Amino acid sequence: MSFKIVVLAKQVPDTHNVGADAMNTDGTVNRAALPTVFNPEDLKALEMALQVKDQMPDATVTVVTMGPPRAAEIIKDARNRGADDGFVLSDARFAGADTLATSYALSQAIRQLGKVDLILGGRQAIDGDTAQVGPQVAEKLDIPQVTYAEELLAIDAKSITIRRRLERGTECVKAQLPVLVTVTSAAADCRFPNAHRMIRLSKEEVRMINADSIDAEMDRLGLKGSPTKVKQIENVVLAHKESVVLEPTEAALSELSATLIKEHIL
Amino acid sequence: MNNVLVYCELSEKNQIADIALELCTKGRQLASRLGCRLQAAVLGSGVKAAAESLYPYGVDEVFLADDPRLSPYRTLPHSDVLSKLIQKEQPQIVLFGASSVGRDLAPRIASFLRCGLTADCTQLEIGSHEDPKTKKTYENILYQIRPAFGGNIIATIVCPETRPQMATVREGVMKKEVFDPAYKGVIVPVAVEASLAKADQAVEILSREIEEQKIDIKGAQIIVAGGYGMGSRENFQLLHQFARLIGASVGATRAAVDAGFCEGERQIGQTGVTVRPKLYIACGISGAVQHRAGMEQSAKIISINTDPDAPINAIADYTIVGDVMTVIPQFMACYKNNLK
Repeated sequence: MSFKIVVLAKQVPDTHNVGADAMNTDGTVNRAALPTVFNPEDLKALEMALQVKDQMPDATVTVVTMGPPRAAEIIKDARNRGADDGFVLSDARFAGADTLATSYALSQAIRQLGKVDLILGGRQAIDGDTAQVGPQVAEKLDIPQVTYAEELLAIDAKSITIRRRLERGTECVKAQLPVLVTVTSAAADCRFPNAHRMIRLSKEEVRMINADSIDAEMDRLGLKGSPTKVKQIENVVLAHKESVVLEPTEAALSELSATLIKEHIL
Repeated sequence: MNNVLVYCELSEKNQIADIALELCTKGRQLASRLGCRLQAAVLGSGVKAAAESLYPYGVDEVFLADDPRLSPYRTLPHSDVLSKLIQKEQPQIVLFGASSVGRDLAPRIASFLRCGLTADCTQLEIGSHEDPKTKKTYENILYQIRPAFGGNIIATIVCPETRPQMATVREGVMKKEVFDPAYKGVIVPVAVEASLAKADQAVEILSREIEEQKIDIKGAQIIVAGGYGMGSRENFQLLHQFARLIGASVGATRAAVDAGFCEGERQIGQTGVTVRPKLYIACGISGAVQHRAGMEQSAKIISINTDPDAPINAIADYTIVGDVMTVIPQFMACYKNNLK
């Protein structure tokens, strides 16, 4: 009996290397100017999936992502590192999705795969930092979740044992399968792409899946299926301006603290 | 009546966690603004006294689910009980801590209720919202304000159509303040027997290791850092007071650590940790390149230094020329005034 693992991944703008042209003058994000990367914690989730596969030779790892067609890059990368398969949920009807609509689309896509034993994903993506999609996919599939996983301790056909991070410590939990696990940055780094795989797989296309193929209610997808709306965006990243020099007077300090409170910094 | 509900997580000692008290303080303001009641949910085992300790924070009703299976926290038992409670009570707003518990629980519940959830809010306000397309106006909407995109933008999120409006807030972002020491609320017991049957089995906690609270400044949103210019270990204590007031963590330069002003875990720089908070307040720090390497990506930098030509001032957004021991207390007083 085969053991099926799904890894949820996202291609994200590299928010840790934001250049001066990253923001448009109207305060919106200039995505074209940002390099993209495999979301770091999703790579850690992939590594955990590959560790399971190392121990269970009949296991398969399928990487699922949602995004524009170029997100196929991370599927290729994941295959080169050892994933068996993967696809991109790509459709204009998915666009503008918040975490609720995203988790709905992903969970519907996973349902199409039949029996899945283990779902892994990064705790959060560096462009949104919400950590919501994992638990929401678990809820939609009506399976338990283990968040903040740091280390895979044991795996068998029925259960997984994991060490997870708490606010002030760690705990070891044993979860019955199927379960969804989100992985933090403290987990093991992902293995490198394998040269043989790169050559062998270089010609293999990445499957694109659209909204018609996942048996979805259309009004639960994309912007329409998203209860959260962005009311306003303020750009706060500023190239260092001239330093303002203040004398330590009551008036100056009061104004500074008022400004910082108003800008939501304090 | 649609009220404001706070999910109150518990500390390891089975007390109400600070984050929950901070949320109740904010929840009280929101409830008063909306003219509704403030409710709290406490789920745990042997926590009646902890539940009652919430009254001074202006809590009108505490929903208390007291059951051994609810402690320590596990996702499914808590999400099961809380989801049902929310369905029954129909609050208009539900707040959670952006902790490993709140960030595990809130999204699961939002998915179940199919409502919106905004993570890691730094500010919550009430206001109106006009839909740009339909021109429909919504009154008394929760503005969920949060940094996004690696802290490079501040977004205001609203959920005009769905209820409840849910948000998580990080510890230390909101102030914890007693509303009225004599305030009296009531305990409303929540029955858990039926709802836990299925949820109980899936995940088992084998062992837990609780560490002494370690110093960890890497994830701090605001850092107050001291250098050799602080002068002494005693003077350095002022930074801890300052940090407590504004919800910051305390960092230090290598020179300050070597001089014994504070613990080595607080060292920022090439041989310490690298930080990128939204605000870095450098106190008595000259700004050696090794230190700057660990903090120059802070979104905003304030330098307080007697030397107007200190190298750190070149990368500071604001430079306050003066003695830290006078400027910091002054600034603290101004900040307290401005909060009023």
